Amino acid sequence: MNYFLLTLIKAGLIAFVLVTVLAYLVWVERKVLAHIQLRVGPNRVGPHGLLQPLSDLVKLLFKEGFIPSHVNLFFYLLAPFMAVALSLGSIAVIPLGPQIDVFGIKTNLGLADVNIGILFMLGLGSLGVYGVALAGWASNNKYALIGGLRSAAQMISYELPLALAIVAPLLMFNTLSFREVVDAQGGYLFGFIPQWAIFQLPVPQLISFIIFLIAAFAETNRIPFDLPEAENELVAGFHTEYSSMLFAAFFTAEYGHITTACMVASVLFLGGWQPLWPAAYGSDFFPVVAHWFFAAICFWHARQPARSYDRYTMPILGIILFGAGGLFLVPFLKPILVPLFWFLSKVAFLIFTFVWVRGTLPRFRYDQLMRFTWTFLFPVALVNLLITGLLVALTTK
Amino acid sequence: MADTLVAPADLAPDALSAEAPRKGKRLMTLNMGPQHPSTHGVLRIVLELDGETIVSAKPDLGYLHTGIEKEMEVKTWQQAVTLTDRCDYLANLSNNLAYALGVEKMLGLEVPAKAQVSRVMLCELTRINSHLVWLGTHALDMGAMSMFFYCMREREEVLKLFEMFSGQRMMTSYIRIGGLALDHPRGWDKKVKAFVDDFPSKIDQYESLLDNNPIWKQRTIGVGALDVERMIALGVSGPMIRAAGVPWDVRVDEPYSSYEKFGVRVPTEFTNNDVYDRYRVRMFELRESCRLAKAAMEAMPEGPFQADAPKIVLPDREKMKTQMESLIYHFKIVTEGFTVPAGEVYVPVESPRGEIAYYIVSDGGNKPYRVHMRTPSFGNLQALEALFDRKSIADSIATLGSMDFVLGDTDR
Repeated sequence: MNYFLLTLIKAGLIAFVLVTVLAYLVWVERKVLAHIQLRVGPNRVGPHGLLQPLSDLVKLLFKEGFIPSHVNLFFYLLAPFMAVALSLGSIAVIPLGPQIDVFGIKTNLGLADVNIGILFMLGLGSLGVYGVALAGWASNNKYALIGGLRSAAQMISYELPLALAIVAPLLMFNTLSFREVVDAQGGYLFGFIPQWAIFQLPVPQLISFIIFLIAAFAETNRIPFDLPEAENELVAGFHTEYSSMLFAAFFTAEYGHITTACMVASVLFLGGWQPLWPAAYGSDFFPVVAHWFFAAICFWHARQPARSYDRYTMPILGIILFGAGGLFLVPFLKPILVPLFWFLSKVAFLIFTFVWVRGTLPRFRYDQLMRFTWTFLFPVALVNLLITGLLVALTTK
Repeated sequence: MADTLVAPADLAPDALSAEAPRKGKRLMTLNMGPQHPSTHGVLRIVLELDGETIVSAKPDLGYLHTGIEKEMEVKTWQQAVTLTDRCDYLANLSNNLAYALGVEKMLGLEVPAKAQVSRVMLCELTRINSHLVWLGTHALDMGAMSMFFYCMREREEVLKLFEMFSGQRMMTSYIRIGGLALDHPRGWDKKVKAFVDDFPSKIDQYESLLDNNPIWKQRTIGVGALDVERMIALGVSGPMIRAAGVPWDVRVDEPYSSYEKFGVRVPTEFTNNDVYDRYRVRMFELRESCRLAKAAMEAMPEGPFQADAPKIVLPDREKMKTQMESLIYHFKIVTEGFTVPAGEVYVPVESPRGEIAYYIVSDGGNKPYRVHMRTPSFGNLQALEALFDRKSIADSIATLGSMDFVLGDTDR
């Protein structure tokens, strides 16, 4: 019973935080992209447009959910639900931090600690293609159909290098549990090089990491692989006929996929919540320093306000950041917050990369995309796997 | 997708199921446009698709038909200048110039040197403006979203220059019959110099983003090629034909408005006739236009900006207050315009898109009897059907972007 209650609380908490984070990912993406493109981005709703996700949500909720008469209603309605459920589902098995002790209850920072977590995640990820393909087919729209077909072929093709890229570090760690993968990446070589998968001997998994990222871009239908929704070719691709919350569902699914992919990449290759340098050199205090540094910047801006209201908003933000930094010093919260900070910073950096790439690269052509995965990515992933397997077999007793 | 509100029989879900009779290979008709993100306006193309391969493409023009040619017949000669802006709304000054040159030729009017050199400078700035819009939208079509904003940043500077000269950003109508609408504003040379000195470094920026990008190269090299003879027969001109290795440029072959003094360089090293070479040609032209604008700015002669033709050119406001004759001419020009001797003339000009020419017929009255435009967008679009044949949708988008048409120019 205790276990049941605890899981329920954790599920509620994670779901709430996750949905908020996904909504704010839209804001982050728009803001980062805007600055790459010499624009300001959302800045009307709330300070720095911070309430924009909220207003978007209200807008989408109150829009008419228009369902065209020529759709296949069952699959048309099923597709967005499948997309969202499958994309958010895999986050359940990803651990966010180590085992913690809250009021004497030992529990894992993360929803479920499944010993086949990676297989579960891969399975759900493969099913994700159904949302897109069904939406494209059920819409009974030519652009949507082409988009859905493209995406089905693309996602299935990129599953292979993605899976192979995941298998290589697994060979080194000899486990399928996310938690054990992270534990295996603890420690430091020569006392300062973190033993993350991309640095760990015998085979630093840098190539796997890059292949994983490329395949993740394709899996999440992001530029340069955003062919299913290439707006200049297919108007809006598979979600052309969707409006209101059904449309928002696809967006949530896309951002959910991005978040999952970034979390998995951090766990598998960047050492999860393992800090960049040993605690002996004060990595535990880095979050405090970082928060206080940004608090200081806020106070500095309050002294020299760029806008008149900065005089009031900036100190408030500064105090919040100062307090948040202080939380990392509380002995009771420290073991929870410090790993979470390291894990989320890695995830945030990877998400930033996703947006960064979107602001930089053009789009592949469909056949080039397929050729790229089958004639380049897949063989490279395979060779990488063979080399890793060989070296692991030679070095382990 | 207006006509798919009723599901076409070949796409209804049950028609795709196993029970439906399969009669060979079925094609899908896709209606691209008139509201489609990459048809750059209201071009409609009816595509017959076999999978993603285009079996046939039929362009359907006329959604932006504004009747400009007909409308010119009810405007006086000078009033009609304002309509020429509205055809090719990205190369307004080239259109102004082609029309003004035609009427001036019929009138036998000698335009002063300052106006001529100024026209060269402004037309080259227009070319920069147009090519920037092309580069931005073309890159956007290929998914390189940020390029659009970088190009708009520089285009804004060009538009500011136009605004400085004429008071208008786009519909300038600055080139008038007999010279220019206004004298140069104070401090114009500093502003133009600041732009032309800075611009080449910006072109380097664009190229650093695209030139060595493997995805960009894969998408463009070898795409959208067509036989050169076929292209010439179809009436393709401008950067499209220069990318096929045909050094045809009206500025060089039939110089006008003192272009011969500036030694326009026409690129000859691009012969592959693909989307990439069209991009290279236009990048070359951006640099060349920048150089020409700078040369024209430096060589700007002193003197009047309008021809000494009191019956055609509006008099100076100050003179109107003191001289009876000026007042009479002003009244005459404004109320009934001037007459142009009967005859016809065909004047080509190199617009950013290719050869734009005005065929003007006068019956000796104060209005044009007939104005017909030979527009490069229309000419270049003729190649669409041949260029799209057996290509994928993605390639067709790249090709469409490389054609650089403006629907206002096509439909008039």
